[in-house]
Amino acid sequence: MYRYDALDREFLTDRSNEFRHQVARRLSGELTEDQFKPLRLMNGLYLQLHAYMLRVAVPYGSLNARQVRRLAWIARTYDKGYGHMTTRQNIQFHWIKLRDVPDILDALAEVDLHAMQTSGNCIRNVTADPYAGATAEEVDDPRVWSEAIRQWSTLHPEFSYLPRKFKFAVTAAKTDRAAVKVHDVGLILHRAPDGALGFEVIVGGGQGRTPYVGPTIKQHLPASRLMSYLEAVLRVYNRHGRRDNIYKARIKILVAALGAEEFARQVEAEWAQIDSPSADLPDTELARIRAAFTPMAFETLPARSETFELAKGVSSSLARFARNNVKPHKQPGYAIVEVSLKAIGQTPGDATADQMDLIADLAERYSLDDVRVTHAQNLVLPHVKLDDLPAVHAALAQAGLATANIDLASDIIACPGLDYCALANARAIPIAQDIAAKFADPDHAERVGELKIKISGCINACGHHHVGHIGILGVDKKGEEFYQLSLGGSGAEDASLGKILGPALPADKVADAIDTLVEAYLKVRDGDERFLDTYRRVGLEPFKEAVYAHADQA
Amino acid sequence: MPTLIRLENGQARWAENSFVSVVDEDAVPAGDVIVSLKRFLAEGEALLTNSRRVGVRIEADEAVEDLAYDLPRLAVVAVAFPKYRDGRAYSSARLLRQRLGFKGEIRAVGDVLQEQAGFMVRCGFDAFEPADGATPEVWSKAASRFRHVYQRGADARPPAYEERGA
Repeated sequence: MYRYDALDREFLTDRSNEFRHQVARRLSGELTEDQFKPLRLMNGLYLQLHAYMLRVAVPYGSLNARQVRRLAWIARTYDKGYGHMTTRQNIQFHWIKLRDVPDILDALAEVDLHAMQTSGNCIRNVTADPYAGATAEEVDDPRVWSEAIRQWSTLHPEFSYLPRKFKFAVTAAKTDRAAVKVHDVGLILHRAPDGALGFEVIVGGGQGRTPYVGPTIKQHLPASRLMSYLEAVLRVYNRHGRRDNIYKARIKILVAALGAEEFARQVEAEWAQIDSPSADLPDTELARIRAAFTPMAFETLPARSETFELAKGVSSSLARFARNNVKPHKQPGYAIVEVSLKAIGQTPGDATADQMDLIADLAERYSLDDVRVTHAQNLVLPHVKLDDLPAVHAALAQAGLATANIDLASDIIACPGLDYCALANARAIPIAQDIAAKFADPDHAERVGELKIKISGCINACGHHHVGHIGILGVDKKGEEFYQLSLGGSGAEDASLGKILGPALPADKVADAIDTLVEAYLKVRDGDERFLDTYRRVGLEPFKEAVYAHADQA
Repeated sequence: MPTLIRLENGQARWAENSFVSVVDEDAVPAGDVIVSLKRFLAEGEALLTNSRRVGVRIEADEAVEDLAYDLPRLAVVAVAFPKYRDGRAYSSARLLRQRLGFKGEIRAVGDVLQEQAGFMVRCGFDAFEPADGATPEVWSKAASRFRHVYQRGADARPPAYEERGA
């Protein structure tokens, strides 16, 4: 957890005061909604179908217990008692009153949280591997670099009115849990053969109506030159990105129009003219940020916990939880615990205030005061002792938080959809609930194995349907909700975009179709091959035939 | 004539605007003028020979680099915001100040709103023609609302990492 210093806190105070002033001007009528809109958007405040929605930034998805408790308090005090985790590792509240927002921002600032740049055409909250600092896979801690980017991009004077929103994702592991290839800029920390730390820089990935897997424009950027290089990327985009058409304004369109090679050349030319000593962060500041992450007081433990092994032998639900939600930790005797917010029948990504309070308690007691939000809309307790897993599992189970379905068919990503969102064409949440119900039998879900289903209620693709193993897109057909299925997408290290299966289906046929797809997969799967790998081997046809032949019979 | 606010030593004040902005179709009058980049590139030499000060208006899609060799002879570069949301002018101003070393006035013209004051000042603008009736008081306040900044700009403010090191 990055610890704020006095300067970071004063910055938030100033920001909060500024927005309080702006809200007062809006409430008094001095500002019209049109004039107020860009100001509220810069503070994460959207006007949705039924109410204001406030999106709170969770930088690189990292929270401490005190912050989680404060979010629970906000949910209870100002919302309807729950919050929603987003695919950008943020949390949003859907039932907010405008007059409360300044007080909410003050309450957030007290625990070093804010809502800056969670919307608007600026550099958004930086996302990162939710296992940062816990996984043995990483070559360095991506949070250090993410925090450096967060600070650099905060109220950036030159890059706050970009052609369109701009999203960074950072990982330092081979397994990509941050979807770096479908972001405006994806950064993969690695070490060169000589051991030097650097970044592979991917620019121009994205989803929305024109999805791209981003090309790599620089294989090895020396880590110490990160900020000047990002300045060059952003300047080329700010000057040359399209501003005439909102749908063609993302950097991916510029990169695709120029070609990755030409875009890279323009960035290099711009970079060569930037004065590195004034643009790059001094090593001393990087060291300060690194030190401001609370050092983890890991105990020296055996790699195997007899307590845990014994408990697993006795409890099949703990054993199942261990198989699906417990991931290896870099420190012997510890584990990373995924807390699923996808209980069958639940709204994907929602957590109640009581659940948040429990997570805060568990984090404090068992996870070194550390909680993460994942882009798959779940939570993580990143540093749990194996010895404590039975207790943690039991506590989670009591609160309905122990669903053992991470990366299984019922661990569905879904946007808020037409239940909340002014942009949506169709509902996403009920579709997710219908599908999850098909996989309510945990044995069946485990037998099917890894299957990432992602649902968006419109073409803006907030539910990441393009990169779902099965993607589902809500469309409007003459006032009726229909859903288009696509197969073969991935947002991970093997990133790819899904292919459309066939004609869109009515809402009541979607869950059955998913069932059919899964049955078709189980028939032809080779060994323990994942759904995605089977699809890649056999192609679209068998699946298409299964779903549409089936539909004809119905 | 639009009202002009000028920033000197961190203080915003009303300022006399001696420059006439001339559209391309009109003849250039006597006295100080601001002309388009296109006109300046065509007629600049002639304009500069008369005893007057010359400014150039840069549109959002024009490259400030085109002025590089003429900057020492210019009194003003007026950088246009076609809409307040169009952020290209920020890059233009920053490059004028930091890369091209322009010492004259960089004036924000067009859709110039007080909410953008802080960003404009940090990118090197020092004169403003506000479109929202903002006064120098509002402008001074807006430009200094934050005690700290996180990154280096074209202004003299030390970024957070330097404040911390000091």
